[in-house]
Amino acid sequence: MGGGGGGAEEELTAQETALYDRQIRVWGVDAQKRLSKAHVLVCGVNGTTTEFCKNIVLAGVGSLSLMDDHLVTEDDLEANFLIPHDENVYGGRSRAEVCCESLKDFNPMVRVAVEKGDPSLIDGEFLDKFDIIVVSCESIKTKLLINGHCRKRTKHIAFYTIECKDSCGEIFVDLQNHSYVQKVGGEPKPMELTYPSLQEAISVPWKNLPRKTTKLYFAMRVLENYELSEGHSCCEASLSDLPAVLALRKDMCDRMSLSESQIPTALLERLLAAGKKQHPPVCAILGGILGQEVIKSISGKGDPIKNFFYYDAADGKGIAEDIPPSSSD
Amino acid sequence: MASSAAAASSSSEEAVKAAKVLMVGAGGIGCELLKTLALSGFRDIHIIDLDTIEVSNLNRQFLFRQSHVGQSKAHVARDAVLKFRPNINITSYHANVKDAQFNVDFFKQFNVVLNGLDNLDARRHVNRLCLAAEVPLVESGTTGFLGQVTVHVKGKTECYECQPKPVPKSYPVCTITSTPSKFVHCIVWAKDLLFAKLFGDKNQDNDLNVRSNESGTSKSDVFERNADEDLEQYARRIYDHVFGYNIEVALENEETWKNRRRPNPIYIHGTLPEEAIWQNGSSRDCNNQQQEPSAMVSLGLRNPQEIWNLADNSRVFLEALRLFFEKREKEIGNLIFDKDDQLAVEFVTAAANIRASSFGIPLHSLFEAKGVAGNIVHAVATTNAIIAGLIVIEAIKVLQGDYKRYRMTYCLEHPSRKMLLMPVEPFEPNKSCYVCSETPLLLEVNTKTTKLREVIDKIIKSKLGMNLPLVMIGSTLVFEDGDGLEEDEAANYALNLEKILAELPAPVINGTKITVEDFQQEFSCSINIKHRDEFDAEKEPDGMVLSGWSAPVEKQVTSNGGNQSVASSSGTDYPDGIVEDMSTKPGMKRKLDEILESKENCDASSSAQVVEDDDDDDIVMLDEDPKLAKKKRLQ
Repeated sequence: MGGGGGGAEEELTAQETALYDRQIRVWGVDAQKRLSKAHVLVCGVNGTTTEFCKNIVLAGVGSLSLMDDHLVTEDDLEANFLIPHDENVYGGRSRAEVCCESLKDFNPMVRVAVEKGDPSLIDGEFLDKFDIIVVSCESIKTKLLINGHCRKRTKHIAFYTIECKDSCGEIFVDLQNHSYVQKVGGEPKPMELTYPSLQEAISVPWKNLPRKTTKLYFAMRVLENYELSEGHSCCEASLSDLPAVLALRKDMCDRMSLSESQIPTALLERLLAAGKKQHPPVCAILGGILGQEVIKSISGKGDPIKNFFYYDAADGKGIAEDIPPSSSD
Repeated sequence: MASSAAAASSSSEEAVKAAKVLMVGAGGIGCELLKTLALSGFRDIHIIDLDTIEVSNLNRQFLFRQSHVGQSKAHVARDAVLKFRPNINITSYHANVKDAQFNVDFFKQFNVVLNGLDNLDARRHVNRLCLAAEVPLVESGTTGFLGQVTVHVKGKTECYECQPKPVPKSYPVCTITSTPSKFVHCIVWAKDLLFAKLFGDKNQDNDLNVRSNESGTSKSDVFERNADEDLEQYARRIYDHVFGYNIEVALENEETWKNRRRPNPIYIHGTLPEEAIWQNGSSRDCNNQQQEPSAMVSLGLRNPQEIWNLADNSRVFLEALRLFFEKREKEIGNLIFDKDDQLAVEFVTAAANIRASSFGIPLHSLFEAKGVAGNIVHAVATTNAIIAGLIVIEAIKVLQGDYKRYRMTYCLEHPSRKMLLMPVEPFEPNKSCYVCSETPLLLEVNTKTTKLREVIDKIIKSKLGMNLPLVMIGSTLVFEDGDGLEEDEAANYALNLEKILAELPAPVINGTKITVEDFQQEFSCSINIKHRDEFDAEKEPDGMVLSGWSAPVEKQVTSNGGNQSVASSSGTDYPDGIVEDMSTKPGMKRKLDEILESKENCDASSSAQVVEDDDDDDIVMLDEDPKLAKKKRLQ
């Protein structure tokens, strides 16, 4: 059986048609069939990625694999609705195992499994099993490594990162070369997009970016660099690191000719104060946007985000940024 | 400095812990919302939902499982959330929010009300109770990838009814009965006229033959089965009558077809020549008695996505009709079309497609026809999750009284000015809103021929959305609805209902002011009466015109003398928990269009402006009056 099987021409079963009725009315039967053949890997199980997992399991992807060997602690319960409030259930088990069990229940037609291992040691061949890779709460080094592997495979593998820092969030998208269909005036029109790699997207000289580029983009790069220079893992920095982070901000701004006011101290403060804390409504929003993006990418229908998405509950804006800006703009 | 972020978050945590919130709706948005509220630290949540769980909910209402089908949404949602948050209080009500127990006092116990509703009626009701109880309301709606969240706080922002509200799309009678040009017209005919005529209440008015030249007496007899007629003869006769004879009659009216394509009459001997239609159907379903009767099953048609040809549609039509008479005879006379009734959907699909063939309109699959007939709103989990997140963010601001930061937020499918989630400053209350201000309405009506009952049904209940109205003329109470009336009072009111306005105990004539009230909603308003002799039957089918309320945009509304059959109406056909708000809310749409338009044309004087500053708190600002359009910013 398994999630994916079946030829392209196979019809949906009566059970699938009944279950997916409302969403087939949104994206069509063909998109639903493609979804049922897609295999998704999520590295890093937290409040935001569990929201994403819920969304794509409900949508009916072929399979979902979770990779996160960390044992569940009380902290993990905070923004995570997949972990039952019972130490007898989660004690001594990994995040991936406990969440996998809950997710299986959401949709019997989707295969949910655990992949044991350390994301920083993933090799390219392993990734061939998947069509979509989502990475969260890993160091920038690991993210760059996995993104690099994805780009070297002959198989097309879409790559995403997603981070939530309390009331702020960032999604990065790399679909490499992506062909899709967009309805223009009711007529389906074939479209083509070329994405930069994660390395390219985070190392654009800041002076080349439009003045209105969201401040979160710069702030996230400062924190990323700080964690890298300190050998921290993701989200390890805290408010006590503020002076050092501000020094790094000055250094980076000087080097790339950006006014320091583009990265407000208050914003860095908020991000540092957040630590590993994720604000559940923001998890829902980010996990919802990422779910939608992954569905767009699998179905080849609709404009995908190119290539960053930012949300900040403080101003309520959800912004798509194209970095480095496409030459066509 | 460093403590300001921490201080803000601890004050919001306190507000959340102490809050008592009411959620209305445990459907698509409701499931997501209950989960996000619980995770966000809310400890006292009450949730009302009337519905039970259906299979088509399971693709997005993730708190429910196959094994819960048929159970109360509110109760199951509560139990599911308590599994990951066992130490909070969730009180669930499997009940209609319009029930008397949910009165103004009930609403007053909450700090904020959060709506995840699926119909206009209930939303208006909740809006009024929130206004009366002075409790802030956070409203929401989604359709497909679109959605929005709005905040309504009495005196500070507009109420839910300050903007014109959508009315369910309706069509002129003659388009449906004589000159359909779109598939939806054929569906409305098949569902509201033919299906209602054959299987519904025989006493209801029905326009099925309204344009034929037949004399009044023979009209209804055509649809009665004769004593000596077998079912096959009857089904063939109905087929020939509605798809053949009625078209021939309509064709006689040359005037109608001057500028239109002439329809083809369709007769059974032409579509299924010499076919013995039911020779094996009966034997087949003896084998599976327990299964719901289905024409598709007995005919071996499997794929609901497939478009049947005219012959297949005709077979489905005849077979569905037979199955209704053979397997569901007891229900005939009481049936109302229901999108979840497979046989009814099959019958309506087939009938609509045969009619579409006749009029040269493209045929549709059962899947598509079901969507049109059931007004099924497109719904996905992701949008509901996003919208629920936005509701919680607004609810927390409301609990902190942080009204300068309240926002309406639109969830868009394509970025506009780079934004997929677009916050907009809320509007001020509309000073002429009949719900949250005291502006009187104007009713033009023929006071010499119209009965009180018509005003109550067509205006007070249907347009003003009152549940249990009371009508006063000066100090005279002429009508009151609801339980607990004395017998003589009730009898007296019943008499008044049938009286002409001008002949009521307190006569209603030109210039009379009447007061209508709904005690449950704690809502009252005044209506000034203006007498008028004549009304246009097509354009003003109610025989009266109400102005000064949030009127629908469409003018052509059909009516069948009190029954709502052709005006494919009543908001109850939406799927659970989902509201088609963006597309059916003309006021909001207009504003959104302005935002989108101003993107294309930034220099033109547009009523929407984005504040482009270096501040973090720049937002989109809108003005209702384009003349006042200026760059504004908060603080």
